[in-house]
Amino acid sequence: MLQRTVPIAILSLSGLILMLAYFSPMTTSWGETVLEWFNILAAVAFVLGAGNLLAVNLEKISSRRPGWAYAGITLVSFFLMLGFGLLKVGAVPNPEHPDLHFAGSYDTAASPFGWTYEYVFSPLTATMFAMLAFYVASAAFRAFRAKNTESILLLGTAFVILLAQTAAGMFLTGWIPEDSMFAFLRLDWMKVAITEHIQTAGMRAITIGIALGVVATSLRLILGIDKSYLSRS
Amino acid sequence: MDTNTHDRQGGGGGGSFLARLGGIDRRWIFLAIESIPEGSRVLLAFDYDPASAGELQPMANAMVHHCAARGHKIVFMALWPLGKQMADATIDDVLLEFHPNYAYGTDYVQLGYKAGNEAVVKLMATNLPQQYSTDAAGAALSSLPLVAGVQDLAAFQLIASISAGYPGAKEWVQYANSAAPEAFTLVSGSTGVQVSQLLPYYPAQMEGLLVAVKGAAEYEMLVTAKYPSADKPELLAERLGQGRVRMGPQLVAHLLMIGLIILGNVAMIAGRSRGGAR
Amino acid sequence: MMDRSRTHRTRRLAAASLAALVATAAAMAPFSLATLAWAGELAATAGAAVDASAGALASALPAASTGASSITEPAVGWINTSRLPLLVALVIICGSVIAGILLARSGRPLRIRRLAALDAVDEAIGRATEMGRSVLFVPGIQDMTDIQTVAGVTVLGRVAKTAAEYDARLEVPTSRSIVMAAARETVQAAHFTAGRPETYNESNIFYITDEQFGYVAAVTGKMVREKPAACFYMGAFYAESLLFAENGNSIGAIQIAGTAEPSQLPFFVAACDYTLIGEEFFAASAYLSGERDQLGSVKGQDFGKLFIAAAILIGCALATAAVFIPSLAGAAASFKAHLGG
Repeated sequence: MLQRTVPIAILSLSGLILMLAYFSPMTTSWGETVLEWFNILAAVAFVLGAGNLLAVNLEKISSRRPGWAYAGITLVSFFLMLGFGLLKVGAVPNPEHPDLHFAGSYDTAASPFGWTYEYVFSPLTATMFAMLAFYVASAAFRAFRAKNTESILLLGTAFVILLAQTAAGMFLTGWIPEDSMFAFLRLDWMKVAITEHIQTAGMRAITIGIALGVVATSLRLILGIDKSYLSRS
Repeated sequence: MDTNTHDRQGGGGGGSFLARLGGIDRRWIFLAIESIPEGSRVLLAFDYDPASAGELQPMANAMVHHCAARGHKIVFMALWPLGKQMADATIDDVLLEFHPNYAYGTDYVQLGYKAGNEAVVKLMATNLPQQYSTDAAGAALSSLPLVAGVQDLAAFQLIASISAGYPGAKEWVQYANSAAPEAFTLVSGSTGVQVSQLLPYYPAQMEGLLVAVKGAAEYEMLVTAKYPSADKPELLAERLGQGRVRMGPQLVAHLLMIGLIILGNVAMIAGRSRGGAR
Repeated sequence: MMDRSRTHRTRRLAAASLAALVATAAAMAPFSLATLAWAGELAATAGAAVDASAGALASALPAASTGASSITEPAVGWINTSRLPLLVALVIICGSVIAGILLARSGRPLRIRRLAALDAVDEAIGRATEMGRSVLFVPGIQDMTDIQTVAGVTVLGRVAKTAAEYDARLEVPTSRSIVMAAARETVQAAHFTAGRPETYNESNIFYITDEQFGYVAAVTGKMVREKPAACFYMGAFYAESLLFAENGNSIGAIQIAGTAEPSQLPFFVAACDYTLIGEEFFAASAYLSGERDQLGSVKGQDFGKLFIAAAILIGCALATAAVFIPSLAGAAASFKAHLGG
């Protein structure tokens, strides 16, 4: 029974404290304390995650599962960066305390940690993000079909925004005078009308719905009605 | 780009419906930074990482140059772990390059990254020294004249969030702006995909919103037109011209998307015709 | 269930107190309608919607900051009176959710529209079982502090129960250590509930990395190598949403997604077979549980939505009328001010 009652009690108490802290100046610091507790928990949980990472990859290596070499690379990279950061290997000495090794800076490009970040991690991150361009292209080819009225409206809107976001918009319709009765046909004006009025109206509705969903879900958790995240004895 | 005929009221606020249609967001950020008194304290939050640097770094560079050209005192911070490195790069490439008179501690300060996402903003709104007791290098805030005595966000005349997602501009609106709507001006530069979430906050909570590479390019044009560099014009054009340079590839990419969509629909229609013929 | 009576009485007392507060708030008619907003977000959107619809209440750009602020002098006392409208709104919306729960307990019939995405869960897992392939569940890339992750983990419980019943292999790569721990508890409980405790394998729920694109690379690589037959994306996603969805498409998996990130919804809608949009995602755990209390809360949140819609309509009508009848401008401005706009 304690296995379920204690977590529910902690959740309910924390939720009520955070709500109270928002409205009551006397309890504002309580909410900040709860948030600090969570940050401490999250920091400790890093150890849990690192342990699991080691366990999974070591098991893959020991059982020689397909792709075990990549697990080895993962572990080597993990320990290398851990060493560079924790031990401040090659850290740039602090001008105010040049004799103290651990006073140095480890995250500039002159140190191994910073070098790895600058020349290995950043390009890899940007590469993964750049892959999105290819996936957008494949999605555009596969999914954007004019099958009915709604999809035709969607495509027309997409074309307007795609053109208006580039120089093509000004090239195609920039010659229309801004004070003429046909100014609404300018692509940049159409884009502003679509994004600031039509799209924003829809976004407000979705945001309100999401906020209500958040309230209802949070209330179910705080009142202990939804206990699906707990283990059962 | 004609900035002289710009009417502050005409774009983001009232005026006729058609006049509002013509209001372009980028000008509001330019005016926001222009309108605060010279030498104001400004907070720049670098809430992005290298993955979004393509869209946001041009905005960051232009904003830093604009603030420094106006003599504003700049406090850098980051809600993303890698945001500090992005800020350091901007300081090296733009601030110290074109404004070598800027001194650390009196003209600019780097607070660095703090973990906690929106909790950082919440705490800074009421008790900044508790959140940041030292700067990124470990110096106590009380030893830095620019931020010594700063208690909360009301000490800043302008807060700009260059934001790629969570935590970012939305959290600044929800937790900083809502705490004190009239204390400071909030502006933001955002990636294109996120802007739909931020537009509802414009212009009531957010005075200006730069959108993707186009917004960055337009803002760069405004800034470099008004604040050129007398001794390093080519370097300024290079460092503050990346947004405009990237408009070219963006045009090609967008035309490619349009072409693929048309091609997909042609294939669908052709497939239907063949199916009907059979 | 045996210790239910005391818990039940406590809950009824809490519900009755909240209901009394709601009634008191409703008695303050002019203010109760004006304060139908939740947190700064609803207040901002409702107030801005009033402004945008008529254009008459020109919200002039805020004056350049003079340094004067209300936050340098902290509010004192038990309650921050500037947030009183939000408190009333919170009471009304929470009250409507609790009222929905109480109505459900009273035995009234509940009609919740069908969610195709959730009806397809069984189909997706059954397909994976027939094909002898695994089921992949991605609970988002945020930590348990994000309510979307909590909602995703609760949906995971239902999916895991079905997977246990069908004897399908369920893999859950996580981006946060705490989420891994919570997911393990949830999946283990699901296996127990399904009567298959021996099939639970905790190594199927594992941590990869906190770094967004490192996580994406690992999961998409896993998808391409192991080709799961069913992929679930339930939680908070950002740029990786399209990477997951398109990879899933390329391997021929059936994909069911749910997120409350508005910027990522279009990608999931375009690339996935079924998508839960926004509040549907939060209703999912209630829907899948089938419990009357939870379904009642979903109905209750709909009442809250009606209140907000009424506030927006009233505000828009006032603002529009103020254009033609200037004497109403004060009333419209006051209404907007009470909404926090």
